Amino acid sequence: MIEKRLRTQSLFFWLLRGAATLNGVALAIIVYFIVSRGWSAISWEFLTQPPKDSMTAGGILPCIVGTMALCLTTILVALPIGVASAIYLNEYAEQGKLVRLIRLGINNLAGVPSIVFGLFGLAFFCIVLKMGVSIVAGGLTLGIMTLPVIIGASEEALKAVPQPYREASLAMGATKWQTIWKVVLPVAFPGIITGSILGLSRAAGETAPIMYTGAVFFTPDLPTSIFDEVMALPYHIYVLATAGTEIEATRHLQYGTALVLIALVFGMNLAAIIMRSKMRKKLRI
Amino acid sequence: MRRFVKLLVVLVVAVQLLAFQAVAGELVIKGSTTVLPIAQKAAEAYMAENPDVKISLSGGGSGNGIKAIIDGTAQIGNASRFIKQKEVNLAGTKGVYPVPFRIALDAIVPVVHPKNSVTDLSMAQLKDIYLGKIRDWKVVGGTPGRIVVISRDSSSGTFGVWKDMVMLKDRVVPSALTVPSNGGIVQAVAKTPGAIGYVGLGYLSAEIKAVKVNGVTGTEETTLNGAFPISRGLFMFTQGWPKGDTMSFISFILSKKGQMLVKEAGSIPVFDL
Amino acid sequence: MKRQQIDKTVQSGFLLIALFSITALSLIVLFLFAEGVPILEHVTLKEFVFGQYWYPTDEPADFGIFPLILGSICVTLLSGIISIPLGVMTAIYLAQIAPVRVAEIVKPIVELMASMPSVVIGFFGMVVVAPFIQQLFNIPVGLNMFNASLMLAFMAVPTICSISEDAIFSVPTALEEASLALGATHFETIVRVIVPASLSGICTAVILGLSRAIGETMVVLMAAGGAAMIPRSIFDPVRPLPASIAAEMAEAPFKSEHYHALFAIGIVLFVFTFLFNLVADYISYRFRQVGEASL
Repeated sequence: MIEKRLRTQSLFFWLLRGAATLNGVALAIIVYFIVSRGWSAISWEFLTQPPKDSMTAGGILPCIVGTMALCLTTILVALPIGVASAIYLNEYAEQGKLVRLIRLGINNLAGVPSIVFGLFGLAFFCIVLKMGVSIVAGGLTLGIMTLPVIIGASEEALKAVPQPYREASLAMGATKWQTIWKVVLPVAFPGIITGSILGLSRAAGETAPIMYTGAVFFTPDLPTSIFDEVMALPYHIYVLATAGTEIEATRHLQYGTALVLIALVFGMNLAAIIMRSKMRKKLRI
Repeated sequence: MRRFVKLLVVLVVAVQLLAFQAVAGELVIKGSTTVLPIAQKAAEAYMAENPDVKISLSGGGSGNGIKAIIDGTAQIGNASRFIKQKEVNLAGTKGVYPVPFRIALDAIVPVVHPKNSVTDLSMAQLKDIYLGKIRDWKVVGGTPGRIVVISRDSSSGTFGVWKDMVMLKDRVVPSALTVPSNGGIVQAVAKTPGAIGYVGLGYLSAEIKAVKVNGVTGTEETTLNGAFPISRGLFMFTQGWPKGDTMSFISFILSKKGQMLVKEAGSIPVFDL
Repeated sequence: MKRQQIDKTVQSGFLLIALFSITALSLIVLFLFAEGVPILEHVTLKEFVFGQYWYPTDEPADFGIFPLILGSICVTLLSGIISIPLGVMTAIYLAQIAPVRVAEIVKPIVELMASMPSVVIGFFGMVVVAPFIQQLFNIPVGLNMFNASLMLAFMAVPTICSISEDAIFSVPTALEEASLALGATHFETIVRVIVPASLSGICTAVILGLSRAIGETMVVLMAAGGAAMIPRSIFDPVRPLPASIAAEMAEAPFKSEHYHALFAIGIVLFVFTFLFNLVADYISYRFRQVGEASL
């Protein structure tokens, strides 16, 4: 009897192990294809030159710069607002209807489909605010999309600050604001940054929100103002793979661009993951 | 913490400064994916000659190109069809006069998988295939097998021409796969043994097989002499009569050098070179 | 005192900023409705939602999004069949039986899965998976519902896994110990005690995962085939709601019927995800555990 039960158990556990392994295998397969087929496209020229010959040769520099410009705008929008929102929720707010409303807003904002952000950005930033297709319109759209991630991460970081720190500061006569600014934020800072990097890496890889707000098919010169349109890595993959003029001939460039994009995104993620695990170890001591 | 805030302030100021820098000679071109290869080749050559002019190019389709001219979000709108009455009306209400330039000719050629034995289809057969009435290749003389109908998104100019000339305004069957571009059709047809699609002449390649229409092969010659039944003009629209960089870019495309690029891009020049 | 005044001002400042999220959400809703509702001047709500034909550029045009809604639902459900067991099982594995060292490797893998850009997954589905399943199942096209669902499942697993894991992890150890002490095996404890105890959290995870799948754009745009038809098999191409918006927005003339129709599709999509979120919020709020007594 007990043997049978243990056999069921071991069968079930192997099933669980299988499921966990399957995730890793799926990730490995995708990464393998992108790396093995994209590797040959990567060269110094690929990373530092604009595309040429109808984007069938040359590099992807404008896309890299464009994605970075969009990310920079995103973080300039989302970080201050996100951190301030988290400070309010965690340090000032008392449980009540207002807080529940704010949280509902954040939760639902997190659930809004990316293409709906794109529609909103198009209607509001590009048309009503007359920004046109530009870095600033795309960055604002991505910024709003990233906001919930940054609020969540910042809140978690603020929660991790031990309560006695605040009490000690207040007991010494500091005001609440002084306590937050001088005591709480510096301690929470690494956690906030880690979470923000994670949020930013999501923004860097998004395509749908910038399709109609920030990115264009081809503009080989680098942007000179935040009202310029840009090329962006994710959108570049999409257009090369679906709307390009020589889809098969540029296959290696598509893989190459995808490789650069996942290297960027994974790099940011790994940095954040490593930072976080170091922080946790520090906290344990 | 303070250092971080300082950094943030510096960044904001830097971005602001950048914003006020005036940009010299910017040319925004939008529209049809069919015109895209021509526009791209021309833009590259033009920018090589005029390094101070900055050109940005987006696809999106003919409707998008004409819309951009009317909205003033682009200087040049590419279209693989002529402007529609509805669009003329819209432009009128906004006080805009779109000016068309016919920069190239193009033939739309039905294509199938290279292993398909069918070589010739009549206009009526093409229509029935796209209506979903003919579903098997054996009906049109091929080896038996389901026909996979591949079409373009409903707002593309190529689709519009196909609908007007082949479908005679009837509807393409809903089960047709839709892909966003000519290149997408090439790719889908090349990978799907039972597929049929249609692309601009410039997109023909070894991966796909062009089918004769009413016994006529789609080429530059048959298009110019009118024997090939599915052809059209490719246009660039401007807002009013073009000036400055827009004018010189249009003149460049209509020059002998520009028309050579048209030919290189796989379309048909508007005059004999 | 002046210092306290500053403190008050600072607090109101933070409140104002904290209200930004809800303001942004309201603005999104406002603009969706302002640009989407005018379509009802051309079709009735019933024709729009239940219409069988999507021919937005014909004269006269048909704006029936029923095939698109059905496409979205089918793709999402099919992806759920794959992602729910996989995500929940991985979560149980991580929270219950994985050795710490293994968990430290598996967790970052799940996080990397979550961060994989959707366009890369769509691209992979289009160029690698499509030809593969086309040959494997000997079907006419590889760009279809099955392909898109497979790719969407990949995106939903991390969401389902990480939220379920949190829920399973927060089950009080006393329950587990009690069950083991009564002679149940670890497996029986998991199935009879731990999973039921964390069911509300797992449900939330599943709903949020499906919500992510239904709103995902690039994958369905690139891998689903894009035919606005009512699917009859899992190997039929479909055109889910986000794919239609993304593919057609650029080409819809500004303020035309088509433009309004696409924003109206945006409303439908928003309503779907909003309902999903409300349900998830309700479940996690209503059934939240307060100590062991609430079980």
